Amino acid sequence: MYNKKLNLVLLGLALVAPFVLYPVFLMKVLCFALFACAFNLLLGFAGMLSFGHAVFLGTGAYVTGYVMTTYGLTPELGILAGVVMSALVGLVYGKLAVRREGIYFAMVTLALAQLAFFFFLQTPLTGGEDGLQGIPRGKLFGLIDLTDNMTMYYFVLAVFIIGFLTIYRTIHSPFGQVMKAIRENEPRAISLGYKVNQYKLMAFVISATLAGLAGSTKALVFQLASLTDVHWFMSGEVVLMTLLGGMGTIWGPVLGAAAIVSMQNFLASGPLANYIHVLMGVVFVICVLAFRNGLVGELQKVIRKNSG
Amino acid sequence: MKLMLKTAAATALITVAGLAHGSFSDDKVKIGVLTDMGGVYSDITGQGSIEAVQMAVDDFGGQVLGKPIEVISADTQLKPDIGSTIARQWIENEQVDVINGAVASSVTGAVTKVMSNAGKITLIAAPASHAFTTSACSPYNAHWSYDVVSLANGTVKPMVEGGKNKWFFITADYGFGHALESVATGVIEANGGEVVGGVRAPLGTSDFSSYILQAQSSGADVIALANTGSDMVNALKTAAEFGVTEMAEVAGLLVFTPNAQALDPAIAGGMKLTTGFYWDMDDQTREWSKRYMARMDGKIPSMAQAGAYSSTMHYLKAVEAVGTDESDAVMAKMKETPVEDFFSRNGYLRKDGRMVHDMLQVRIKNADERNNENDIFAIERVIKGEDAFLKLEDGGCAFALSQE
Repeated sequence: MYNKKLNLVLLGLALVAPFVLYPVFLMKVLCFALFACAFNLLLGFAGMLSFGHAVFLGTGAYVTGYVMTTYGLTPELGILAGVVMSALVGLVYGKLAVRREGIYFAMVTLALAQLAFFFFLQTPLTGGEDGLQGIPRGKLFGLIDLTDNMTMYYFVLAVFIIGFLTIYRTIHSPFGQVMKAIRENEPRAISLGYKVNQYKLMAFVISATLAGLAGSTKALVFQLASLTDVHWFMSGEVVLMTLLGGMGTIWGPVLGAAAIVSMQNFLASGPLANYIHVLMGVVFVICVLAFRNGLVGELQKVIRKNSG
Repeated sequence: MKLMLKTAAATALITVAGLAHGSFSDDKVKIGVLTDMGGVYSDITGQGSIEAVQMAVDDFGGQVLGKPIEVISADTQLKPDIGSTIARQWIENEQVDVINGAVASSVTGAVTKVMSNAGKITLIAAPASHAFTTSACSPYNAHWSYDVVSLANGTVKPMVEGGKNKWFFITADYGFGHALESVATGVIEANGGEVVGGVRAPLGTSDFSSYILQAQSSGADVIALANTGSDMVNALKTAAEFGVTEMAEVAGLLVFTPNAQALDPAIAGGMKLTTGFYWDMDDQTREWSKRYMARMDGKIPSMAQAGAYSSTMHYLKAVEAVGTDESDAVMAKMKETPVEDFFSRNGYLRKDGRMVHDMLQVRIKNADERNNENDIFAIERVIKGEDAFLKLEDGGCAFALSQE
């Protein structure tokens, strides 16, 4: 949020976009953008690489899907249930994971995520390989029917903006400053008297909660919660989105998510469909070798050079 | 009399529907083919299914009542979320009228839900689960080639009746395997046999030795393989290596022709199985298969691929007869017309969407019986459709039963 004008232009674009592009595609971009932003909060601002973030996306999706199909709740309550559950899982996993740093932290999160994956595969509640199918979108507050794609799009946009503003506020709060201090120099933060592990745990829980919000919303958009959402591929994909867009920038993950989702979408039906993973790998390698700050990071550099 | 009244009412309804809608959405008929292009099921569906649908369209003349027929296709990568997303996009953006295919029961479940909500027909040619015409049935499902019930009735029942009483299952650990195992267990117990044990192997297991040893020590008469594709091939090879095939009989519950072709006749020869279609059955099947093979570099068709052609043809004929691509009218016509072609014998599409037709019990030929590389099965007997599939009233398909 570098200036108000840019934000207004972007908001305007988001409002008219569904008249030009396919709404379901845009909703997918928004859901993954929120997921990547939540992940970026942890990696980019607290310096913690979680390699099991799909579990929060998946928990949100499955819980929302389950309560909506089984108890017929309204969408806002369904999402709330998914988000609360993700937060709880985040709390437990965070408690265990923040005790370690660096590669060990990544490995612990990966291991815990695999445990969760096995649970979702085996429990009779989730439909195993089939996933939860035909989740109703329902009526928002019992009033607004979300079956229409346009209505659903503006709902998802609202959810995204709420999530995005939460992240923005978190980063620019005193809490966010401490988070960055820990990222830059953890021993120094400790010596200044901050209880580092509590700050890390807090960041982890916020990130997990917002990832859950993305998952819950995604389940409503596609009316489906499946193993893809909790698979470690998904954890890897969000790392790719964040790195490609620009780790530690506000808009980076959004751009990264948009780029990856568009790639998947347009390549899936073309002659290159079988090489989609190869192409994504190539993009990743180029990104890491040539522009390590990501798309937004490099753009910022150019702007800074020109203005300075 | 009652039947006549019903028929008259149905005909009147169709006529009205035909007059009211006598039109085509976006002035063409668009068929979407969802399939697996690079995964474990690409041999039995994949490019062959797309080609089979295209062949049906070409045989039909490329247009229906002057409106062009278009075929588009996509790869689901065997994932329900990708399948349902594509289906939704096809309906909303591409004006697709009908989807053919969608391999793997998990993907098909998700796709049929999207299609039914939009009031569009799914022609289900490859998946095995019987849910699409029972617990998860819909007026817009047409399940074509076979299902788990017909496999169990065709393969398991005669073996139990022939005195093979003790069964052991090696099951693929996901929806399809579980469904097949539970249906087969029902058949075994109903005929006085018993299941002495079972083990679940993950999809894509390469080393079956521990499972085979478990099966060996169970003392079963029959080791049933409730898996398919390369899993079935690997399990059978391992069983042969351990000499299990000499002590007990191994029954492959779902063996597609390309899989049987890939097996060494020394191992697989003599095994009995059930299939919905075999290319070398009679002149009609041979004539069609020759044309198919000419388009597919000489590969023989699986029952899923032949079913894709047959279902597309039946759909197009119904569209032509009612003069619209409006789903309800087309489906009513499809259910009214018998399905009689190279693929289906004594076939008809039942109210619940099950295409009931004669199944074949076949035996894999030994090496010395084979005349060429495509000569794989010897047909043992024909199973009447009524005996092979679940009865309508036992299926529990709510909308079909309420129409009774």
